[in-house]
Amino acid sequence: MAYKIVSSQCTSCSACEPECPNMAISEKNGTFVINAAKCTECINYFDEPQCVAVCPVDDTCIIDNNYPRYVA
Amino acid sequence: MASQIISLSSIATPNNGVDLEEIMQQKAEHQGCGTSGGSGKASCGSGAGQGDLAPEIWEKVKNHPCYSEEAHHHYARMHVAVAPACNIQCNYCNRKYDCANESRPGVVSEKLTPEQAAKKVLAVASTIPQMTVLGIAGPGDPLANPEKTFKTFELISKTAPDIKLCLSTNGLTLPDHVDTIASFNVDHVTITINMVDADIGAQIYPWIYYKNKRYKGREAAQILTDRQMLGLEMLTERGILCKVNSVMIPGINDHHLVEVNRAVKSRGAFLHNIMPLISAPEHGTVFGLNGQRGPTAQELKALQDSCEGEMNMMRHCRQCRADAVGLLGEDRSAEFTTEAVMAMDVEYDLESRKAYQSLVEQERQAKADAKQAELETLAGEQSDIKILIAVATKGSGRVNEHFGHATEFQIYEASASGAKFVGHRRVDLYCQGGYGEEEALETTVIRAINDCTAVFVAKIGGCPKASLEAAGIDAVDRYAFEYIEQSIIAYYRDYLDNIRSGAIVHGQRGDAEIRQGAYVAA
Repeated sequence: MAYKIVSSQCTSCSACEPECPNMAISEKNGTFVINAAKCTECINYFDEPQCVAVCPVDDTCIIDNNYPRYVA
Repeated sequence: MASQIISLSSIATPNNGVDLEEIMQQKAEHQGCGTSGGSGKASCGSGAGQGDLAPEIWEKVKNHPCYSEEAHHHYARMHVAVAPACNIQCNYCNRKYDCANESRPGVVSEKLTPEQAAKKVLAVASTIPQMTVLGIAGPGDPLANPEKTFKTFELISKTAPDIKLCLSTNGLTLPDHVDTIASFNVDHVTITINMVDADIGAQIYPWIYYKNKRYKGREAAQILTDRQMLGLEMLTERGILCKVNSVMIPGINDHHLVEVNRAVKSRGAFLHNIMPLISAPEHGTVFGLNGQRGPTAQELKALQDSCEGEMNMMRHCRQCRADAVGLLGEDRSAEFTTEAVMAMDVEYDLESRKAYQSLVEQERQAKADAKQAELETLAGEQSDIKILIAVATKGSGRVNEHFGHATEFQIYEASASGAKFVGHRRVDLYCQGGYGEEEALETTVIRAINDCTAVFVAKIGGCPKASLEAAGIDAVDRYAFEYIEQSIIAYYRDYLDNIRSGAIVHGQRGDAEIRQGAYVAA
């Protein structure tokens, strides 16, 4: 039910943080992390997950397979 | 034809080469109100000083090293890296890469909070009294981080009210922030505009993030150019001076930049800065990896010359980092790390800064007077000969650097109308693939100034002097510690006399290489 940020890829640019409609993103140990409990994959907010759309590095914000897909 | 000692074939790739003749033809069409012979609009706001600028504009640019070529010899700037986020992707940028020995926009060693930035500005301003300008240029886009950017301006305008504030943006969200920019008395805004045609834009920008959506290709480029033009118009309506930065990408937008120049000029831009593409493969940018080359020195100059109609062209840009500190040709950011700044006990002394700056003003006036006096000796000179002269300088507008210590040379064009700054060339040896230590310094320098007739230095050894002379470059130390422009005019006068007497024969010089990499303290 959530996205995650691949920390080795994250440039810590902070672009994703203000775009998240769920306030699920915060800085932790120099890179940004997504709180899986808050992430809704932007369903019902936007057509695409905002962290994915704004991230400057491809394949950095990805589906976290440890969780089932979010259902609105 | 010129006799060239070294082969420049590596930099003159015929495949996607720039057609100099075609550019010069565009120039003829473009310069409706011709500038040949006139030196008023020569370069970067002002040649010797106020020139033909309106007094209120001169007041805004005279101490701004980026907006006035003349000021950049005397005044310093700093960037604070408070804006890491960006909202567009450019094929010449790679946000993952950061190396201390690398210098290009988009790269910083550490990012700052607005509070840290405000402290750093005070620390630098107290250490470097000629620091007059604070810019926010990233490393992302300042207006993609509006809260951090404007908080920084707010703090600095309270503690250091004499420092000019400016910012540099890609323009995507600029129309949303123009009123806030105006409310902070920001006098100078730079917009990076590489195209006004979405088909060309699609080759430069893979995507933009706009109104909660990622747009790609032509659609993205169209939105970007519309927003840039709107933002530019809104700024100039409010009397804010706008500089337009354009990256010259041979084969993609090199010819098109003449059209960009026309578009931004008609919307009131004050200054146009055409910069060479930086595209080393080790930077990992799309252009670096796909082999897209940057322009040669003469290709860049031809394009800049062709755009120099009634608009000022900036030719002294050093494409500095988003955390650069110091005069444009130097970077003292390593002295002002966050750790060092936070440990400093800073007292902001406005009076001593003013006192120092008034000494700088006396020096500038003396320099301008000397140039004017020398220029009068050229009165009536009809020659159409133009030569380029490289100058080793540490600043203050004087020939005051040893040849062997120079990390860059400033390039002046001497003609019957006087001395004109037309660019600068890097010659330091950091992070450069293909320039091993075994390669002699002279060879590196010759590659960089191969289009010059002479090089002015404070001092030079016998060996490099002989190497330069073998390459047809006159190494001149008789103007040591004199004013640059005055010396250039004097040299040019002697040069013409020597041609007339038959002592020398004027010949065309070749092309030169633009070097890329970091400005780091040697």
